Amino acid sequence: MTTLPITPSQTVGPFFAYGLTAHQYGYDFNSLVEGELVNPIVHSAELIYVSGQILDGNGQPVSDAMIECWQADGQGQYNTQPIAYPTDQSSFIGFGRLGTGTTRTNQFTFTTIKPGATAPDSAPHINVILFLRGSLRTLYTRLYFADEPEANEQDALLRSVEPERRTTLIATKSKDGHYQFNIRLQGSDETVFFDL
Amino acid sequence: MEPNIVEPDKPATHSGLSPSVPLSNHPLHLSPEYKSTILRSPTRPLMLVPDQMKNLRMPVFGDSCLGALDNDLTKNARKNGEPIGERIKIAGRVLDASGRPLPNVLVEIWQANAAGRYIHKAEIHDAPLDPNFLGAGRLLTDAEGRYSFYTIKPGAYPWGNHYNAWRPNHIHFSVIGPHLDQRLITQMYFPGDPLFAYDPIFQSVPKHARELLIAKFSMDWTEPEFALAYEFNIVLNGRNQTPFE
Repeated sequence: MTTLPITPSQTVGPFFAYGLTAHQYGYDFNSLVEGELVNPIVHSAELIYVSGQILDGNGQPVSDAMIECWQADGQGQYNTQPIAYPTDQSSFIGFGRLGTGTTRTNQFTFTTIKPGATAPDSAPHINVILFLRGSLRTLYTRLYFADEPEANEQDALLRSVEPERRTTLIATKSKDGHYQFNIRLQGSDETVFFDL
Repeated sequence: MEPNIVEPDKPATHSGLSPSVPLSNHPLHLSPEYKSTILRSPTRPLMLVPDQMKNLRMPVFGDSCLGALDNDLTKNARKNGEPIGERIKIAGRVLDASGRPLPNVLVEIWQANAAGRYIHKAEIHDAPLDPNFLGAGRLLTDAEGRYSFYTIKPGAYPWGNHYNAWRPNHIHFSVIGPHLDQRLITQMYFPGDPLFAYDPIFQSVPKHARELLIAKFSMDWTEPEFALAYEFNIVLNGRNQTPFE
C-alpha cells in the first residue's frame, strides 16, 4: 500500500482575512461562508446565537483567530448538498466561518439553530475548528449546550473527558437563544482540544 | 553550517513515542522560537478521539460558488492594468496518505504581492501595495485531485518576531478535505530560499518533513513566453492509518 508523507501544518498567520473572511472584513472579494449557518428568514422562529472569545495564556482576547463551525441540522443530519455562494437560498448550510477581528471585544457570533443529536449516545453539539496566528496546527474542539444536561450526561465523547474539564466544552446560556462559548488556549480552565 | 538562529529539532519533546512510531510531520504546538506560540498553544495533551469523529464528512462546495477568475490572481483584482511582478503557475494534486486523489476539495490561497506587502489592513510594512493585485484565490480540485493557480511570485517581508526577522517567500494554503481530520492550513515555500535557516515558522516543522513544504520548479509545466511553473502536492490524512496520523 502506498503511504505518502502528510503535508505539515503551518500557522494561518495574521493576514488571512482578505482571503478567507473577506466580506466580514470589508475586502473586495466575496466569501463562500460567513457567520450564518442557516437562512435566518426561514429559521427565524428557532434561531440561536453562539458568541465567544478566543483567550490567550494571559486571558487576553485574540484579535486574529479564525473559527469554523460544522453542525447537523435540527434532525441530526449533516448537510450533504453542495454549498453554493453567493446566493445560497438553502435553508440550512451547517457550516460557518468568522474571524475575531471585526468587533471591539474580538467576539465572534454565529447565527444558527440548535443541532439535533446525531446518534443515540451523542448530545447536540457543534464541531469547532480554530486557527490563529501563533498556532501551528489545526485546533479541534466541540461545543455542547448547557441546557441539554441529560443528553450531555449520555454523550460518549463528553463522558470520556475528565469530569473537571467537561465544562470547557459546554456553552453557557446567557439569555433565551443566546449562548456563550469562550475558548481558552491555556490556563487552569484550558479548553479540551482533540487529537485528530 | 546553518546559522544558529533557530534551535534544531528537540527530540525530547517527541518523547513518549517508541522509535518504531514515525514522528509526526507537523510542528509541535509550542515552538518557542516562534514567539506567538508561547501564549497561544495548548499546554495539556490533546484528547484522543474515536475514528468515527475523524471520519465525519465535511461540507462540500459547488462550482457555482466560485467566480471565473478565482484561480487566477493575476486577473481577479485588476483595476487599471496588470499586477507588477513575476507571473507564475502553481499546480499540483491533493491526495490522501494512501495516494488516493481527492476531488472537489476547496483550496484557498492568500499571499503578499511582489514587493512583500500584504493588502491586509493591519499590515504596516513599508512596501507598496499593487492596485491590481489582491493576493487571494481559490478553486475546487478536479476529478483527479488536480489544481492550478496563476499568481505573482510573492516577495519576502519583515516581521516582528525577533531582530531583523524576515519571512521567506511563501503562499498560504487552506484545504478542506472530505473528512474532519483533513482540514489543513499550511504554507508553500519556493526552492532554495536563503531565509529558510532563519525562519522559526518554517523551522517549526520537524527537519525530516520540511522539504514537503517546498514547491518543486517544473520545466514541464512552465508555459513558454508566459510563466514559470512550480509543483506543490498536498497530502492529507488517510483513512484509518493511525501510525501515519
